[in-house]
Amino acid sequence: MADLSTSAPTKPGRKGRWARFADSDFFYSFKRSPVAVVSFTVTMLLVLSAVFAPLIAPTNPFDPASLNLMNGFTPPMEPNAFTQESFLMGTDDQGRDVFSTILYGMRISLFVGAAAVLFAMVLGIFLGLVSGYFGGWTETIIMRIADVQLTFPSILVAMLIFGIAKGFTPVEYRDQMAIWVLIIAIGLSDWVQFARVVRGTTLVEKNKDYVAAARLIGRSPWAIMIKHILPNALSPVLVIATISLALAIIAEATLSFLGVGAPPTQPSLGTLIRIGQGFLFSGEWWILFFPACTLLALALSVNLLGDWLRDALNPRLK
Amino acid sequence: MLSFIIRRLGQSLLVLLVTGLIAFSMFRFIGDPIDNMLGQERTIEDVERLRTQLGLDQPFPVQYYRFLENAVQGNFGVSYRQGRPVSEILLERAPATLELAAVSGLFALGLGIALGVFTAIRRNGIASNFIMSASLIGVSLPTFLIGILLIYLFGVQLRWLPTFGRGDVVDFGWWSTGFLTESGLKSLILPAITLGLYQMTLIMRLVRSEMLEVLRQDYIRFARARGLKDRVVNFRHALKNTLIPVITVMGLQIGGIIAFAIVTETVFNWPGVGLLFINAIQFVDIPVMAAYLMLISVMFVGINLIVDILYVFVDPRLRVDSAGGH
Repeated sequence: MADLSTSAPTKPGRKGRWARFADSDFFYSFKRSPVAVVSFTVTMLLVLSAVFAPLIAPTNPFDPASLNLMNGFTPPMEPNAFTQESFLMGTDDQGRDVFSTILYGMRISLFVGAAAVLFAMVLGIFLGLVSGYFGGWTETIIMRIADVQLTFPSILVAMLIFGIAKGFTPVEYRDQMAIWVLIIAIGLSDWVQFARVVRGTTLVEKNKDYVAAARLIGRSPWAIMIKHILPNALSPVLVIATISLALAIIAEATLSFLGVGAPPTQPSLGTLIRIGQGFLFSGEWWILFFPACTLLALALSVNLLGDWLRDALNPRLK
Repeated sequence: MLSFIIRRLGQSLLVLLVTGLIAFSMFRFIGDPIDNMLGQERTIEDVERLRTQLGLDQPFPVQYYRFLENAVQGNFGVSYRQGRPVSEILLERAPATLELAAVSGLFALGLGIALGVFTAIRRNGIASNFIMSASLIGVSLPTFLIGILLIYLFGVQLRWLPTFGRGDVVDFGWWSTGFLTESGLKSLILPAITLGLYQMTLIMRLVRSEMLEVLRQDYIRFARARGLKDRVVNFRHALKNTLIPVITVMGLQIGGIIAFAIVTETVFNWPGVGLLFINAIQFVDIPVMAAYLMLISVMFVGINLIVDILYVFVDPRLRVDSAGGH
């Protein structure tokens, strides 16, 4: 223990943040898992291409000036009979480049999915903390609602909320509001898991000495809940958030496919698949095929990433 | 025991009252019911007559009570879009959904148990590993993509099976069945597989893990030591003990089948209750939405109640627990 005095001021054991991360167990198990590396790469690739869609996409599919109806139904990688233009993934009935619509559609899918999960997470954490910390009738009411909601499949809950919200919005705003309604509908259908996990952790942690100590020095209940108790629940919350993201993307696609989600003016991947299904029987397979593959790649890679994260962060959850 | 059932019954009733309140509020507060029912050409007398006829001049609790009274008698008002009583439309659509759900449930149960047993017995075989990996992909595929894939394969490319509608149906009173005609049966195949695939993989994985658990037990080893045939040990001793969790999971999965019937019915244009509900959402046909909500919640609450009570009957430990009281 003699060298403690010399090492303490300069902290030679303390490396930079990145170096410490590269040294951690977490990063080690990431490097060792090919599934994790591949799914992470695919996810990042898709997310980045969605974010930078305006830079990557050859055309802006929502700018009517860039469309040429003569280009309609061009098969992928083949020059169009009239204009001699060729498109990586072909064009749809209005001559829109399928590759560009996918990039823009993925933006909407990812935005709705991420925003819905964020909403569900904030709501679930809040209700979980409150019900776990205060107990009593607050807890009874919140957890009863959670139980009731869990008996209904979340896609059904989302549909109902979407339907009710649609009824409340005036007709002229329905298309504009659809995306936000969708986020709230999917978010509200998905908060229960977060609330349950956070409540469980809170129940365990609130009886520990450090919480008693914090209470003793006069910290407010909210500070104790957020600063002291919540950090203990963060890794399961992160795992649930990742898996929820995959589920939310699929839920959004399903709702949009059914015609109760993103409107044709702001098509998500689900809307594109809905549009493409109409052309399946007449042989224009690419209008459906490429959006479907993109959705699949996105959902699968996020899902696998979540699975790996669950094993890496918390073996008990397995 | 009795107190547990009574308490559970009370909770279920409360849930139904709350969903009833939601359904009623939808009907009452989304848009003006009078506007929705009467067209542009109307007189003030018409409006007043309809207002008293619908009881909209009564206070809210009285209206809610009337709504519940009507709902219990199966009277959910008139569809805004079709102008016919909702109960009539629902009754007309119900057989299609029930037949589809029954066939896909049987498919899921039958194939799921068979594949589960197979993959458990041949744990390290190539076929088992293949089935297990394929099931992982099956779980992550969204239902509607599975449907589209099957349509493309068997409908567009091979042209073996019809891809929309129920085919020819035979009427028995108000019930119409597709079981008795060739085109009716053929039309059932693709939707039933689409709807049941997820539940099938779920049951397969459950049976497999339960089987692996049971096959390690001592009584299985003794049964083998007694020189019983593999078939007898696997099916009579092992499989029997895996079935209780399968039954409970299947009971709870009925809800999932009903929910995803909406998706399947849309993909295959199947004239069932789910397609009705989706159309109701698209056109904001509130009475139909409210009726569907009530119907679904009665079904879900009923299933959960039955499963909970069955648990207590099957597992004596829970009886002690509930007597101890929380």
